Amino acid sequence: MRGMSKIVRTITNILYSFIIIFGFYIIMHGHLTPGGGFQGGAVVASAFALLVVSYGALKIKDMLKAKNFSVSECSGLLAFIGLGFLGIGTVFFYNFLAGKGGLFGNVIYGINPGDLNTAGVLPLMNIAVGIEVLSGLTLIILYMFNANNPKEEK
Amino acid sequence: MIEDIAQIVVLLIIISTGYLAIKMKDLLGAVISLSIMSLLLSLEFYILQAPDVAIAEAGIGAGLTTAIFVLAIRGTKRMEGS
Repeated sequence: MRGMSKIVRTITNILYSFIIIFGFYIIMHGHLTPGGGFQGGAVVASAFALLVVSYGALKIKDMLKAKNFSVSECSGLLAFIGLGFLGIGTVFFYNFLAGKGGLFGNVIYGINPGDLNTAGVLPLMNIAVGIEVLSGLTLIILYMFNANNPKEEK
Repeated sequence: MIEDIAQIVVLLIIISTGYLAIKMKDLLGAVISLSIMSLLLSLEFYILQAPDVAIAEAGIGAGLTTAIFVLAIRGTKRMEGS
């Protein structure tokens, strides 16, 4: 399967890195601003879908491999459920890092001016969900792409 | 007042692009029309002050389903047979 025209490929080269950065911004600021793991992962996966649609089978076989995305999807799910089980001394999904100080648990009284290190375990869960969602949606795109040309799957 | 006018305009364009997505014989054009409908639907969610749903709609509806439909059209024919 050939790629699209040169105009589409040039615009893709300019845009896809910015879309990926914006998706990771949404993931990292998930506990402060609208968005979170699912929305940011969907944005990053739409950048990968843009790559798949515009480039065809030329570069996709080297850049995006289905096995790597499958591994990262499973590791994201394991990280999420592991973070859930780490707080089981109190209850399941207990926020055991909140209020401890340091990198994740600063305490802020009043209105949060926008500090990232105030939510305990929630940013880690957002990162885990983001990795899982971007890998899963990219896997859907890659399997849909490989179903059209089954000879080039391996 | 200005929000009401913006909502009426956006909803009218949503209805017309949805009608175009049903009626077009060119399936690629129908997919692009459907993605425009989804993008304007995310704008409508933003006007209704639900930016979380707006980001999800813009990512899933306007980005990923368009890519899946384009890949499906590449595997089949572009024009709808009569």
